[in-house]
Amino acid sequence: MKSVVLLAALFASVIGAAGMEEQQRSALLPEGDASDILYVRSPAFLTRAALSYDALVADIYWIRAVQYYGGTRLSKDQNKNFSLLYPLLDLTTSVDPYFDIAYRFGAVFLGEDYPGGAGRPDLAIALLQKGLRAQPDKWQFAEDIGFVYYWWVRDYHAAGEWFNRAADMPDAPEWLKPLAAVTLAQGGSRDSSRRLWTEIARNPEAEWLQRQAEFRLKQLDAMDGIDFMERIVRQYRERTGALPSSWNDMIRARFLRGLPLDPTGTPLRLDPSTGTVTLDPSSALNPLPRTEQPH
Amino acid sequence: MKAIRHVAVNVFKESVRDKVLYSIVVFAVILIATSYLIGQLTAGQDLKIIKDLGLASISIFGLLIAIFIGIGLVWKEVEKRSVYTLLSKPVRRSEFVLGKYCGLVLTLCTNVAVMTIAYYGVLAYLQRIALSGELATSPAPATDPAMLKAIVLIVVELMLVTAIALFFSTFSSPFLSAVMTAGVWVAGHFNDDLRNFGALVDLPLVARLTRAAYYVIPNFAAFDVKNEVVHAQPVPLGYVGITTLYGLVYIAFVLAGAVTVFSRRDFK
Repeated sequence: MKSVVLLAALFASVIGAAGMEEQQRSALLPEGDASDILYVRSPAFLTRAALSYDALVADIYWIRAVQYYGGTRLSKDQNKNFSLLYPLLDLTTSVDPYFDIAYRFGAVFLGEDYPGGAGRPDLAIALLQKGLRAQPDKWQFAEDIGFVYYWWVRDYHAAGEWFNRAADMPDAPEWLKPLAAVTLAQGGSRDSSRRLWTEIARNPEAEWLQRQAEFRLKQLDAMDGIDFMERIVRQYRERTGALPSSWNDMIRARFLRGLPLDPTGTPLRLDPSTGTVTLDPSSALNPLPRTEQPH
Repeated sequence: MKAIRHVAVNVFKESVRDKVLYSIVVFAVILIATSYLIGQLTAGQDLKIIKDLGLASISIFGLLIAIFIGIGLVWKEVEKRSVYTLLSKPVRRSEFVLGKYCGLVLTLCTNVAVMTIAYYGVLAYLQRIALSGELATSPAPATDPAMLKAIVLIVVELMLVTAIALFFSTFSSPFLSAVMTAGVWVAGHFNDDLRNFGALVDLPLVARLTRAAYYVIPNFAAFDVKNEVVHAQPVPLGYVGITTLYGLVYIAFVLAGAVTVFSRRDFK
């Protein structure tokens, strides 16, 4: 009995000591410092050090990249940066050059505008080009490069060229050629954006990308809805000679049947002084992409 | 032959008594637990990661058994002096060494076989229930039989590691044997660097020496096709056959060395 009590007391002491140690350590090191350390930065070294467990090491670095991206994205730190994201993805894809998702998701993480992502479309393109060097027939990488040029660099000519290149690769889907043509002809139009996101939403390869595409399509619908409502507001002003003070004025004047909603069901916001229509700040679709031409 | 079988069966029974096969339970638990956790940790690629982890676990558990039991096989008998009793019976020293080797290989094969069944069982479960969406775009089915090629080569690799561990255990202490076996295993993964080293130096002698080392040190990297099978890259049966043959020839050479050393040892 005595020994059990002694053991329990010692166990409690161990837990207490661990708690004290944790407090001391957190006082010494600011939060997040541990995850911001990357001990190995050389892909050549890591590839050799992995011995015959390269795939497993790549998985570990991929999980780390995903956790790092998610953690940084959700961080409320004003000075947050994604400085380790590219090194982590570079290590992952160096150790396992066939890790397709690491190239494709990684490019999205890198390309996404700051603070939602690293805001580095140049690195996103570099990562995908590295993937193309490892697997030259992978049309998905060429398509993704086109996507990065289209969505984040806004170089529609380069985007169209890459879609064309992807279309010429083995097993490329038929929709790539028309997409390339539309991008080259009307790059930056909302129609071509919708076409691009619709194709991505159909892609069964990655559920996460599908969700992204569905979100972007809702944003485009919201932008169409905002344009439509601004036209109705202009019609109201032409007929009544004044801007509406609220949506209720327009409902009473039978311009509207009810409150105009965005695709998430949140009412749109009307600025009575200018007649400008915007998303409500509480809408999940904020922020909308930078201005695109409706057609 | 009968003597070899007797020694081998005894080694196998001893391994079972030592609860070596418990590693299988640990393997299965890790694999099943991981399959649930991975989905929470990463965006997509759960199936790839589970396949990688399973193959790596089969290899790592096997490697630990091969090294840490292999190094004690002969040393333990000498240390406990039971080798005197054994060798006083109609058992030749070569039969003793080969029996020890076959017994451990039997243990390893049993381990790998059960781990493979558990591995395919978990993957079949995932195929049916958990990962139906991801499977649609996976380059290979969850229970792709091509993964057996990687497992066959893992077994040959483990057999070679066992032979090396046994060789060192015929004349060295367990600690040194473990260090040397692990050293050879690690060096065997850098064989391609050794082959290419000659092109980097101007000294013909060094180039010849590294070239010779390339042929002498077992090329363990050749047995690794885990990544290829997981990504459904082609691994020709001819490659598996030639690499297996290479492994078997090397094993024969190392075992011959072990028998020679052990036969010349003086136990007086």
